Amino acid sequence: MAEPVPFQPGSEKTFYHPQKGSDSSILEIDRFNLWYGEKQALFDNTITVEKGLVTALIGPSGCGKSTLLRSLNRMNDLIEGLRISGEIRLDGQNIFDPQVDVIALRKRMGMVFQKPNPFPMSIFDNVAYPLKVDGVRDRSLLQKTVERSLMAAALWDEVKDRLRDNALGMSGGQQQRLCIARAIAADPEVLLMDEPCSALDPLATSKIEDLINELRGRYTIIIVTHNMQQAARVSDNTAFMYLGRIIEYGKTDTIFTKPRSQRTQDYVTGRFG
Amino acid sequence: MRRSTTSSSKRTVFETGCNLTAQGEPFVWSMAGGLTIGILMIVAFLVLILWNGLTAFYPGPIRVLHLKNGRVVAGEPIRSELYRIDPQRLEQMSEAARRTVIDRGGYSHRWLYKTGNFDLYNDDYRWVDDDDIERMETPDNLVVVERREWGPFIGIIHMLKIDGKEISDPSEIERRIDDDIHLATERFEAIRSIERDRIGDINHRMEAARLALRKALMKPDIGAAEKEAAQKRHDRETAEWKARYDVLEREVDARKEEDRRFRVVLTDVEGRQKEMPLSQIVRRIPANRLTTIGRLGVYAERWWELVSAEPREANTEGGIFPAIFGTFVMTLLMVVVVAPFGVMAALYLREYARQGMLVSAVRVCVNNLAGVPSIVYGVFGLGFFAYTVGGILDSMLFAEKLPNPTFGTGGLLWSALTLALLTVPVVIVATEEALSAVPDSLREGSLACGASRWQTIKYVVLPKAMPGILTGLILAMARGAGEVAPLMLVGVVKLAPELPIDGHFPFLHLERSFMHLAFHIFDVGFQSRNSEAGKPMVFVTTLILVGMIAVLNATAILVRNRLKRKYMTGHF
Repeated sequence: MAEPVPFQPGSEKTFYHPQKGSDSSILEIDRFNLWYGEKQALFDNTITVEKGLVTALIGPSGCGKSTLLRSLNRMNDLIEGLRISGEIRLDGQNIFDPQVDVIALRKRMGMVFQKPNPFPMSIFDNVAYPLKVDGVRDRSLLQKTVERSLMAAALWDEVKDRLRDNALGMSGGQQQRLCIARAIAADPEVLLMDEPCSALDPLATSKIEDLINELRGRYTIIIVTHNMQQAARVSDNTAFMYLGRIIEYGKTDTIFTKPRSQRTQDYVTGRFG
Repeated sequence: MRRSTTSSSKRTVFETGCNLTAQGEPFVWSMAGGLTIGILMIVAFLVLILWNGLTAFYPGPIRVLHLKNGRVVAGEPIRSELYRIDPQRLEQMSEAARRTVIDRGGYSHRWLYKTGNFDLYNDDYRWVDDDDIERMETPDNLVVVERREWGPFIGIIHMLKIDGKEISDPSEIERRIDDDIHLATERFEAIRSIERDRIGDINHRMEAARLALRKALMKPDIGAAEKEAAQKRHDRETAEWKARYDVLEREVDARKEEDRRFRVVLTDVEGRQKEMPLSQIVRRIPANRLTTIGRLGVYAERWWELVSAEPREANTEGGIFPAIFGTFVMTLLMVVVVAPFGVMAALYLREYARQGMLVSAVRVCVNNLAGVPSIVYGVFGLGFFAYTVGGILDSMLFAEKLPNPTFGTGGLLWSALTLALLTVPVVIVATEEALSAVPDSLREGSLACGASRWQTIKYVVLPKAMPGILTGLILAMARGAGEVAPLMLVGVVKLAPELPIDGHFPFLHLERSFMHLAFHIFDVGFQSRNSEAGKPMVFVTTLILVGMIAVLNATAILVRNRLKRKYMTGHF
């Protein structure tokens, strides 16, 4: 990370564009702090994610975008020595509440990873996986769900004749759309995408972006991306993160055209990062 | 070093390949050399085993040697060598022979002949110096007779005594001998079948009745009436079985009596006679008259006997079927035990345990366990499994058999457990490697779908790691099947009276001692009266053991490759 001036936490003003009307909000991140052992990775993150819209998290490498994203479905639980403070509320309920069933939480929050990670099984079984772990054995229900999910992921026409083939035989772009179909199959409310296009070629990337546009409205999508054009193309709201802080959060248009923070301006215009 | 300079600049350009250390050429050579030596050693070993094993059963010609001292020796030439000759003998030699020996630097040449006839000569192999031979011939009428006792006989079939009728006409003998041997073998098999199966079964039942009585009497609160009833039942059953036993015994005696009336008289080349029942003959090989096809026939017959029959003559002849069977059953049992334990231990270490000092220490210990000498496992197996666990089992379940141990001594189960203990580190290490090779992205993908940790392991991690786990099992199996030192303490015997699986309830007898190919090699090669006589058996047994491990491994590798194809990683 090329960094001209050492950044002092707290030395810079942060800018929020609070979304009015709590009806439209689904996820509230409220003064969320996170430490890996002694090292603090996230500082006082506070944003409200709007229902049915696409929210992009942008920022230079190591700024904590992925850490924040992975906190939303508690994937970070697996890391030893991790501490948090603050709250993340899904529909008003704190997801870190001891009563929350993390498995149920993850079913409401589908996740798509940086590298396509289909399981070593057939295409059908991959998409049906979230249902199978739920104990669903009803063939017709599985069939219907797989078809619906693959259609939603714009993959159905390409794979409908080879649902029994191993998923590892697909191309990278197809694999990533399969992973999206798999995430959709659990019927989540929120889709978390962690740089879903970084391992794909431009053609596959544009297909995924088209897909994100298709899914807008049906799901709330939070996407971490390195690619600012992508963020500008697909997102409604954008949060710019820097060294574990959310520097600016607001309408994507605003962030990219009239950012309030100098650092956001520098980043989105490509002056650093 | 050659240098080329360009005219425009004064800088020298080193040609590639000039600098030895930079190119690493010596290291490449030493690495290739190391590999070559390794491969050569393995190839040499395999060639030795294959050659000696495959040729051991091929019947060679019989030579008759007329020695200068008037003796006659008949035998199959085995191998020849140069040896340093005694100076005294050198002086007794003819002038020409002495000169050859001196030319060779004091060495003379001799052949080892397999002469057989151990009952007549008290040895069955003899060295004969080339110089001692007057003349040599290969007469057609010489036969090798493989016998059930005393090893082979080399000589001539002199006379058949069938039902008191003496037949000594060679052409008549030749015409009917094979049929007579066949009939005699059938008689022998019939007698053995009665003795082994039907009388064996009765013995089994009488023993059961005796144990039932003892068990009844051992009850602490037994009343006089009960005692009497048990005694009565035992007496009644025993009498019943005894009656059947007597009937069978009379039948056996009658058949044996009949068998004794069919006899054969053999003479060796010096004219010494040996008379015996025809049923003592396993097969007759007219060694000098056989065509190549005939020899191959004998060869095949001997191999079939090897893999299907029981050993004779202190294991140096006959078959090794019980050893093959014992090795196979023991290895399978070991895998059945070691696979779940090893895999579960590795799963806990890799997937569940908090990675820290303790887990690292456990891992180091597991790795070190693989280096413990196997005999130590044998001692542990005997002390812990056989004497402690087996002793407790005996006192709880088989008290009526004491002081004869049931599980309280070496046996199939304890051998399998000991070997499982010996090989479990291999499985743990291999499984851990396989698990750590499963990318975390797969685990995260599964967890993000709302799968629990166990579901993730069951549906995603284990299938992906399965080829690696199977590799570990293959290694463990190969190691276990070839291990012999610990088995000598925990249940392998040189001759097991019964197979570990048979028709008596409960069919699989885990407490029985068994025979094992690796121990068979040791026993025949180094514990028998005549190591020369055991040599062919040692080589064929080694060949079978190596072949069996190869087949087991090939099967496992086939399964693994099918799984690998199933879970091959895609490229994009």
